[in-house]
Amino acid sequence: MRGKRVTFPGMAVPAILLAPQLAVTFVFFVWPAIQSLRSALFRQDAFGMSEEFVFLDNFIKLFAEPDYGQAFGLTLFFALATTVLSMGLALLFAVLADGVVKGAAIYKSLLTWPYAVAPAIAGVLWWFLFNPTIGIFSRALAAIGIDWNHHLNSGQALALVIIASAWKQLSYNFLFFLAGLQTIPKSLLEAAALDGADGFVRFRKIVLPLLMPTTFFLIVTNLVYAFCDTFAVIHATTGGGPGTATTTLIFKIYRDGFESLDLGGSAAQSVILMLLVGTLTIIQFRYIERNIHY
Amino acid sequence: MSSTRFRIVASHAALIIGTALMILPVYMAFVASTHDLSRSLTGLPLWPGAHLIDNYGQVLGEGMRSYGLPPIGPMLFNSFVVALAITFGKIAVSILSGFAITYFQFPFRILAFWIIFATMMLPVEVRILPTYEVVAGFGMLDSYTGLSLPLIASATATFLFRQVFMTVPDELTEAARIDGAGPWRFLWWILIPMSRTNIAALFVITFIYGWNQYLWPLLMTKDVSYYTVIMGIQRMARASDFQPQWHLVMATVILALLPPVIVVAAMQKQFVKGLFETEK
Repeated sequence: MRGKRVTFPGMAVPAILLAPQLAVTFVFFVWPAIQSLRSALFRQDAFGMSEEFVFLDNFIKLFAEPDYGQAFGLTLFFALATTVLSMGLALLFAVLADGVVKGAAIYKSLLTWPYAVAPAIAGVLWWFLFNPTIGIFSRALAAIGIDWNHHLNSGQALALVIIASAWKQLSYNFLFFLAGLQTIPKSLLEAAALDGADGFVRFRKIVLPLLMPTTFFLIVTNLVYAFCDTFAVIHATTGGGPGTATTTLIFKIYRDGFESLDLGGSAAQSVILMLLVGTLTIIQFRYIERNIHY
Repeated sequence: MSSTRFRIVASHAALIIGTALMILPVYMAFVASTHDLSRSLTGLPLWPGAHLIDNYGQVLGEGMRSYGLPPIGPMLFNSFVVALAITFGKIAVSILSGFAITYFQFPFRILAFWIIFATMMLPVEVRILPTYEVVAGFGMLDSYTGLSLPLIASATATFLFRQVFMTVPDELTEAARIDGAGPWRFLWWILIPMSRTNIAALFVITFIYGWNQYLWPLLMTKDVSYYTVIMGIQRMARASDFQPQWHLVMATVILALLPPVIVVAAMQKQFVKGLFETEK
């Protein structure tokens, strides 16, 4: 990491400057993470009175448990579905909004404001629209013969949290795709048009390859969002159910730790999720470092 | 109709459907919040009703007391306090540490960088239980400090200021040093004024982040008088599943999403700038 060529002398000043950031980081981030790692290697009794070192036992038990494998698979499906749905629609709307002349500004602001809506609220909004007795969508579905009840039907509950999560993230993806599109030189597209490439060919051969960096960046951020932030969507609506139909990894950590008080198991799950999210963050960071020139 | 013309019409049609999709959930929440209970149970119409003032007055002052939930007024107040504390705290702490890692050469500089970077890899979601224990150990459960202090560390904001400071010409630093200005004066009189627009952009993004916190206040608060409005809604929605009070829940939803939406709408430019600067 580069610093300035011209700097100030001394060590006391930078120490004071860094103290608040490092103190908060250490106390509330690094220390708890170390504690997670530690309790993942121990087994506590139910009252937290004693513990014994069990090494990787918690992890082995975890993977032997069919529940965990199921939650893992579910999370991958949920994350992929949310990412694909949200990014796909965002790309479509970005390309269209970039292409129209009239009303472009209006479309852009109407598509971006939901960024400010909290994930928990996004969940509650869709929970209400699909409410089995009074939701307008469930009533519309009933009119065409589909019985919607996310309290009982696992697939429908999962679909609901995917829709709400994707909806919330759409604005974010839209803004980044739009910014990516605006960096593509119009002259390039005009030249291709003169050469006789039609709209679809221009999109596939020019726009899409040039959008690859943005797309890649968004895939990583969307996956991290789906792994972590969607806790609020699920907790505020389905509560992980019915049964375990919407119990993603993050939700299971919360439930096992706070409700079932299985500290070692919950900690082991935390460590696995930490590795997953940490890897994604490093990939993203390396990518940013490579693409940004100071 | 020529094919270009057809394409334009199709584009607008798709975009209108798209914007409708973004607006509809909030519009329906607003509609529900303006009808009385019986109307919201027998099938909601698509237009607002006459109970706007009744419903909003009730959630702000009374809330759902029968469920042990406080009125929404104090929850909104808590959300404002917490969001602003997180925002100002994060900006201050990040300016200081960004300044330290760009304008000083000291041993452990790289180590400091990596510790700060660790915050990016460890979102609260992956270390729920031990963080809860740390905060409980400090006796900070059910307090504004507990709700805001642990969230003010930020790698992205620190790197943002580092990036901004890297673009400040070295000649300026040299001139300041020749004039006898120390690091504090340089920071206060030159760097901070020069980063005004970046601070504004970061303000918008961080305010939304702070306001929309969910898991953190859920862990930190047992006492209902410290509930923030975003997490309070969950309790109301849950109660509503058994004994529907959707008109009140949706009035709360509208009140809870209004402040960040207004910030985004009023500071559109800073919002977009902040989004790209903190994420990319």
